[in-house]
Amino acid sequence: MAETKEKPKERKKTMTSSSSRRSTTNSQSKKQTPSLTATATSTTQQLFWFAGIATCIKLLLIPAYRSTDFEVHRHWLALTSSLPLPLWYFDTTSPWTLDYPPFFAYFELLLSSSASLFDPTIVDLRRGLDYSADSVVYFQRLSVIVADLGLLYGAYRFARKLDGARRTMLLVLIVWSPALLIVDHIHFQYNGFLIGILLVSLSFLEEGRDLIGGFFFAVLLCFKHLFAVAAPVYFVYLLRHYCRGGIGRGFWRFLKMGAVVGAVFGMAFGPFIYHRQMHQVLSRMFPFGRGLCHAYWAPNFWVFYIIADKGLAFVLTRLGFHIKAPAASFTGGLVGDSSPFSVLPQVTPLVTFLLVILAISPCLVKAWRDPQPKNITRWVAYAYTCGFLFGWHVHEKASLHFVIPLGIVALHSLEDARHYFLLSTVACYSMFPLLFETKEYPIKVLLLVTHSALMWLGFSTQLRWDAASKGSGREEVGVPSERHGNKLIGWVGATYLLGLLFVEVWGQLLHPYIFGDRLPFLPLMLVSIYCAMGMVYSWVLQLTLIIKC
Amino acid sequence: MEMEKKKTNGSSSTSTSIWMLSSMIIALFAFLVRVLVSLHPYSGAGNPPMYGDFEAQRHWMEITLHTSSKDWYRNTTSNNLSYWGLDYPPLTAYQSYAHGLLFLQPFAPDSVALFTSRGHESPLGKLLMRWTVLSSDTLIFFPAALYFIVVYYIRRGEKDVAWQLAMILLNPCLIIIDHGHFQYNCISLGLTLAAVAAIFSKNELIASVLFCLALNHKQMSAYFAPAFFSHLLGKSLRRQNPFLEVLKLGLVVLGTFALVWSPFLYSKEAVIQVLSRLAPFERGIYEDYVANFWCSTSILIKWKRLFTTVSLKLLSFSATFISVLPSMIQQIRDPSNHSFLYALLNSSFSFYLFSFQVHEKSILLPLLPASLLALEEPLLFRWLTYHAMLSMLPLLYRDHLILPYVALLTLFAFTHYSPYRRCNKGGIDSSVLQKVLMTSSLLCSLVLHLIYLTLQPPKKYPFLFEALIMILCFLQFVIITIYANRKQWMLLDCSVELEKAKKTL
Repeated sequence: MAETKEKPKERKKTMTSSSSRRSTTNSQSKKQTPSLTATATSTTQQLFWFAGIATCIKLLLIPAYRSTDFEVHRHWLALTSSLPLPLWYFDTTSPWTLDYPPFFAYFELLLSSSASLFDPTIVDLRRGLDYSADSVVYFQRLSVIVADLGLLYGAYRFARKLDGARRTMLLVLIVWSPALLIVDHIHFQYNGFLIGILLVSLSFLEEGRDLIGGFFFAVLLCFKHLFAVAAPVYFVYLLRHYCRGGIGRGFWRFLKMGAVVGAVFGMAFGPFIYHRQMHQVLSRMFPFGRGLCHAYWAPNFWVFYIIADKGLAFVLTRLGFHIKAPAASFTGGLVGDSSPFSVLPQVTPLVTFLLVILAISPCLVKAWRDPQPKNITRWVAYAYTCGFLFGWHVHEKASLHFVIPLGIVALHSLEDARHYFLLSTVACYSMFPLLFETKEYPIKVLLLVTHSALMWLGFSTQLRWDAASKGSGREEVGVPSERHGNKLIGWVGATYLLGLLFVEVWGQLLHPYIFGDRLPFLPLMLVSIYCAMGMVYSWVLQLTLIIKC
Repeated sequence: MEMEKKKTNGSSSTSTSIWMLSSMIIALFAFLVRVLVSLHPYSGAGNPPMYGDFEAQRHWMEITLHTSSKDWYRNTTSNNLSYWGLDYPPLTAYQSYAHGLLFLQPFAPDSVALFTSRGHESPLGKLLMRWTVLSSDTLIFFPAALYFIVVYYIRRGEKDVAWQLAMILLNPCLIIIDHGHFQYNCISLGLTLAAVAAIFSKNELIASVLFCLALNHKQMSAYFAPAFFSHLLGKSLRRQNPFLEVLKLGLVVLGTFALVWSPFLYSKEAVIQVLSRLAPFERGIYEDYVANFWCSTSILIKWKRLFTTVSLKLLSFSATFISVLPSMIQQIRDPSNHSFLYALLNSSFSFYLFSFQVHEKSILLPLLPASLLALEEPLLFRWLTYHAMLSMLPLLYRDHLILPYVALLTLFAFTHYSPYRRCNKGGIDSSVLQKVLMTSSLLCSLVLHLIYLTLQPPKKYPFLFEALIMILCFLQFVIITIYANRKQWMLLDCSVELEKAKKTL
């Protein structure tokens, strides 16, 4: 390794020198574009470095707390490996029935083949229930770490087209995302590679390779149908951007795209159509009985709706009206079908669906009028934001669907960077209730604080450069970063983030001190409301940016 | 993490704020890594009747909380010395008392109750114990590292200070022993580091106090004593009034010791009782498989059979003294800041290799000055870190810490080879022969890792693999010591020539 020790050093030498050359002299960088291969090697090297450090952190997280999602995925391993395919969506051995589309089931089947070599108990349908030996923990945790290669590939496809500083920032935002670490590597899920597929699809679209982009999006939908929120945007964009050039050519291309997407869906759902099980599969995939909000309210629009309802009920009761208390409560976990509202009208899945479409529509109009590849990532992220804000039974984890893609958009302009800094912090903070054990408390706080500081550092230095490159004609290069720091966040944002600190201190110290064990839901409700404010702000900002550009 | 490195082309105020922010990020990250490692098992977890170092530290909290200071080092009805009796100097006892009082007593009194708490392993108790180490680390080692960086590297105008800070704070050996295995090396090493920094900022008296505190926390800090002694002596001799300077230092040292030992100074017997607890000579010249001279050569020469303990004591003392002498002479002749770091390395290595009753974990001591030299000697530093980690592999394997072992070592490799370093100085210009030798040695050790972790040793030689690891590490340590001693003397030659040149001018 003495040789391997020396080699990277040399390679790095050339790389850092080339990147610093590119970065320090902005005027020069435009003239001397480095050869494509040189850029590619240094991108992989940088990616390798970022991924390596992230992997070490993920390895250290193996013994950390894991939610019931761990058992959900363990059960799916057992289910897909021990039952024949026609029984997959009928199984009720465990309450954690299979509710993802078939590609995810195939993915679990693939994993289970190696899991059985690791430890046969993992894939045992009955003996494996709630299995928690070291073997299953290591296997499942490692499977998430390996699956993250998908995320890395997605990040790589975007990173290789950027200049040195922006590339670093992109990797910080995507590969080191604290929210992703919390959800995938502590709480336990496989979002990393799913978002990776989304990024791959978006990168192809940005390159103008619409057919492959559409293909990957179809694949993604067959892995996790929650990503379908962006389907309208995809549809309009592909229709206007891909299926153009006259009626004949357009129609031919429409057929081509339809065939590709149809083939993907056929691969996924074909076996189940063959067994005439589509009804069962769909009913498992869309369990509308679960209620408008999750046990812990995701920070979205419906939080305000519920609060307004409660407030109105309170006021009207005081005024002497007779208000019937709702049968179901929001704080008591899963909500049934009965209306939980006392004053405001009941919300049905259809209403939420229409609201989401309505919210997306400005972006659809934009995509129809001027289908620009450079805007597609922004639009898709916006669609997921709408889905998150107005959707039915939204999980707080779903904010990952737009926070990660927006990391790419964040590098476009100052406004985007400002928006992203706030959004990423709020989104990560809204994941805090997922990890409620004392042992993980410092971990989530440190992840958030470290990453926010890193973003601050990266964005403010980037802004300084951009300012320097704009004013390169004049001699004001060394502008103090404080000014840009203020530009990055502004006093409103700073106050809002300080408020986050207060909400946290309230929940951790003041609430238990003042109220003791009473009103246990209040701190969580505060987190929801406060984060929902940030999310709505982000939504409005995204909308204005979309309309502007 | 150090992306800011290549961006510091602005004004000096900007670069200062960037440096402050980036060092804060590095410190936060290093702290995060420590918290993550603390999720993993500790030595002797769930392993009665004696458990391990975790239980020892918890037991000391129990004893110091419930008995008077007079009884801490004595065998009494409430303090059975055969069960993890206190065998560290008084500052450790005070630290145990403070931690017990501030952390465990208020939140989990059961975990430090007298007698009944033995082997206490409740989740809250464990968490609080982990936090005693985490807080000590952040309150002592982190500030000391920053202090050192500011007074040594920033004043010299080095570019890669953030990287240097990361190398000190992300040392895998220190992290895994303190936050995995469970010890408080961060306190004694942090105090030593602060003492080094104090010397560099010309506060010799403060440095003496800090180093005395380190000595009083862990007697192993004495590994650095020859370097401190000779450096301070050399400096004092160059002052206007050498005698007064030495007297001042001596008084400060005596005063600090008197203060720390004050509860035990009421009678001669009490002092001797404490001292006898600190020097457990009955345990033999070496234990387990430590990669030092006595243990490694015992394969050929059966020291324990050939000599009595008394003569071994003498032998090891003289060997240590002879090996540390060149470095001390150099320091007295030329006490420069730069050579002082090498002197620290050489003196601690002499002790590690030749002194009596050395533990595997003592490799942390030479590792500290090596990490301070990371910018100047990157090859030496990474080579030593890797082999120090390897030399502790059997210990960590027993503690079920292989996962953090792998993760921390990989993390170290990644941070060490950061693509955001400004310059990559080679340190040693390695020849082809050296490269071949190093590569083959490295391959051997990697294979040894695999063999150790997967295969069963032959029945006839149950400790064959441990012995192989020990010999491999011992060889590397000897080479590093020889190199570092030579380097220290070369610095002397340089300064002598410089003085000559000045005189002729």
